[in-house]
Amino acid sequence: MAILGLPEEEYFSYGHRACAGCGAAIALRLITKAAGRNSILVEPTGCMEVISTPYPETAWKLPWVHGAFENPASIASGICAALKVKGREDVNVVAFGGDGSTYDIGFGHLSGAFERGHNFAYICYDNEAYMNTGIQRSGSTPYGAATTTSPAGKKSIGKEVWKKDLVHVLAYHGSPYVATASIGYPTDAYKKIKKAIETKGPTFVNILATCPTGWRTPTEKSVEIAKLAVETGVFPLYEIVDGRHSINMPKDASRLKPVEDYLKAQGRFRHLFKPERNDKAIKYIEERVKENLHRLTQCAEKCF
Amino acid sequence: MTKKIMEASHAIAEAVKMAKPAVIAAYPITPQTHIVEKLSEFVADGETEAEYIRVESEFGAISACLGASATGVRSYTATCSQGLALMNEVLFIVSGMRLPVCMTVVNRALSAPINIWNDQQDSISARDVGWIQMYAETSQECYDLTLMQFKISEDHRVLTPSMVCLDGFTLSHVYEPVDIPSQKKVDEFLPDYVPYHAILDPEQPLTLGPIGFPSEYMELRKSQVDAIENSIKVIEQVYKEFNESFPVQIKDSRPEEYLHVEEYRMEGADIVLIAMGSVCGTIKVVVDKLREKGEKVGLLKLITYRPFPRETIKKALKGIKKVAVLEKAVSPGGDGPMYCEISSIFYDEKEKPGLRNFIIGLGGRDVTFDRIRKIYSMTKGDKGEKQEWVF
Ligand SMILES: Cc1ncc(C[n+]2csc(CCOP(=O)(O)OP(=O)(O)O)c2C)c(N)n1
Ligand SMILES: [Mg+2]
Repeated sequence: MAILGLPEEEYFSYGHRACAGCGAAIALRLITKAAGRNSILVEPTGCMEVISTPYPETAWKLPWVHGAFENPASIASGICAALKVKGREDVNVVAFGGDGSTYDIGFGHLSGAFERGHNFAYICYDNEAYMNTGIQRSGSTPYGAATTTSPAGKKSIGKEVWKKDLVHVLAYHGSPYVATASIGYPTDAYKKIKKAIETKGPTFVNILATCPTGWRTPTEKSVEIAKLAVETGVFPLYEIVDGRHSINMPKDASRLKPVEDYLKAQGRFRHLFKPERNDKAIKYIEERVKENLHRLTQCAEKCF
Repeated sequence: MTKKIMEASHAIAEAVKMAKPAVIAAYPITPQTHIVEKLSEFVADGETEAEYIRVESEFGAISACLGASATGVRSYTATCSQGLALMNEVLFIVSGMRLPVCMTVVNRALSAPINIWNDQQDSISARDVGWIQMYAETSQECYDLTLMQFKISEDHRVLTPSMVCLDGFTLSHVYEPVDIPSQKKVDEFLPDYVPYHAILDPEQPLTLGPIGFPSEYMELRKSQVDAIENSIKVIEQVYKEFNESFPVQIKDSRPEEYLHVEEYRMEGADIVLIAMGSVCGTIKVVVDKLREKGEKVGLLKLITYRPFPRETIKKALKGIKKVAVLEKAVSPGGDGPMYCEISSIFYDEKEKPGLRNFIIGLGGRDVTFDRIRKIYSMTKGDKGEKQEWVF
């Protein structure tokens, strides 16, 4: 299906093996459309690598390389250096990885590459857990979500700590462009990814990508739920350009939908409502969402 | 051509500079530091055009080399010990992707306890990662093997990464005379890099590093193993070409001729010691002394360790009565790694030498003339256990 206003050319072709309703696969389409033909793609181990390259088949119509789970940012560094020596700095280097690779095991590499200032864009397709290995928690898994390594139980509400704020961590590396996006808003996401690719230096976009299998959501609702994450303020959309924040979603909390709507729509939060409603946890989530939005709004007014 | 007294580490840096890699990515670790510091100076002074990536870890270093090599340029790194261990996962990936990355390993012991001094446990533990391994005895060999490794790895019949290994401190920090050929001669021997393998290029989009299912994986592994097995002939050819292009300028600074092994005073020997690396220099002196006393002893120095030159070794040891395998690495709970490989060469043979295994020089323990003499007399007199630790 074509998305209005975006290039029609597909570089991530059909026939790949992603699950029905895979939000990350939508993200990949947007990434490749934004990157265009003159690009080299780097991807770590994870769902999207596995579903797209069953040797000898491939879904990639662009040059693409996978090394390990940890190192896409370092591989991209080597590619940037090689392109420089070859006089081919016109080529876009775009790395993209899951949240497990990006937030956790590959974080040191990412930090190093951002400090060194290579000219590449890093896109995290954030499905909020290690999905490839069967829905284990990551540093990006939200508070209260049940995963196979943070299951809900008599003594557990699921993941017991808040999602890591990697976007700001990378912004504070001095990146000229970091942003959040959601597959619920493909045009916005496309524009941001394109901006990241076109901005010189190391840039970052964290794109929320529904995983129906891991989030326990109906496959046909992936886009809707990714929208709801934004509409409820749980996953705010913003850009930080040269250190300046701008928020591109309703800033006024009163115009947001209730956080509960988002939580209730997903099986991974079901234990917060059944068999009994966990008021304390739900309140805590609502408070933190509000606080986070407030902080962001202040940043947008005062910069960081 | 110039003759210089130089540190082995600097000889390597010089060889790397003259090999003109496009990308260098390395992380400092004792005793490899003098190599990467020298290379940094070369970059700072504009003596090399290489892009030097100051990575945040060895894992980053080898990954950046992977990326550069996959983009079709010559890439280089250096490390040892903890650094090599940290790289381990990516070592397999680089060789599996058939990328001719070149690396220097300045052999150092592994923790715990942490120890910065020399043994060869690091590279020996990495013998199964699918890289070619060559071991240097002298500074000249460090220089020469470094030049050769690029030519070997990049050969289209090989396309396999390589390590040149040298002993930390006992060789890396030693000053010796080294013959440095002219850049012109080096360029003739090692022309500009033209990638023969699949590369990342927007004009020709290819997928590198896919997932291989059980239905394909074994075939891919076999082709990789075949390539490294077949490289034994290519390595011989490169040694030969090197011998012809660069005859010995400084006596005793290297073998007259590079071959997989160097046979030292093995004519008519009854007993042969086998070893790798700088300890061979010490062994040679002991062999000379013993020969003066009429002992029939020689040394077999291994230069190529991966691929393991089985036939060459078998031929060299023909008719030898007793062999002592000296190694600076162990396989806890098993026999010495090199000892096992030497034994397996002779398993099917009717005539085979008696084999002994001596563990030496772990964590920088000195391997003195006395200790080597002791090894010789234990071997000769059949004294001690099959495996002896020479403390
Ligand atoms: C060093 C290492 N540790 C663990 C794994 C197992 N592993 C493969 S993919 C993966 C999770 C990937 O999670 P993420 O990056 O979020 O991508 P997703 O699968 O969710 O798309 C894990 C744990 C691995 N391949 N390598
Ligand atoms: Mg994930």
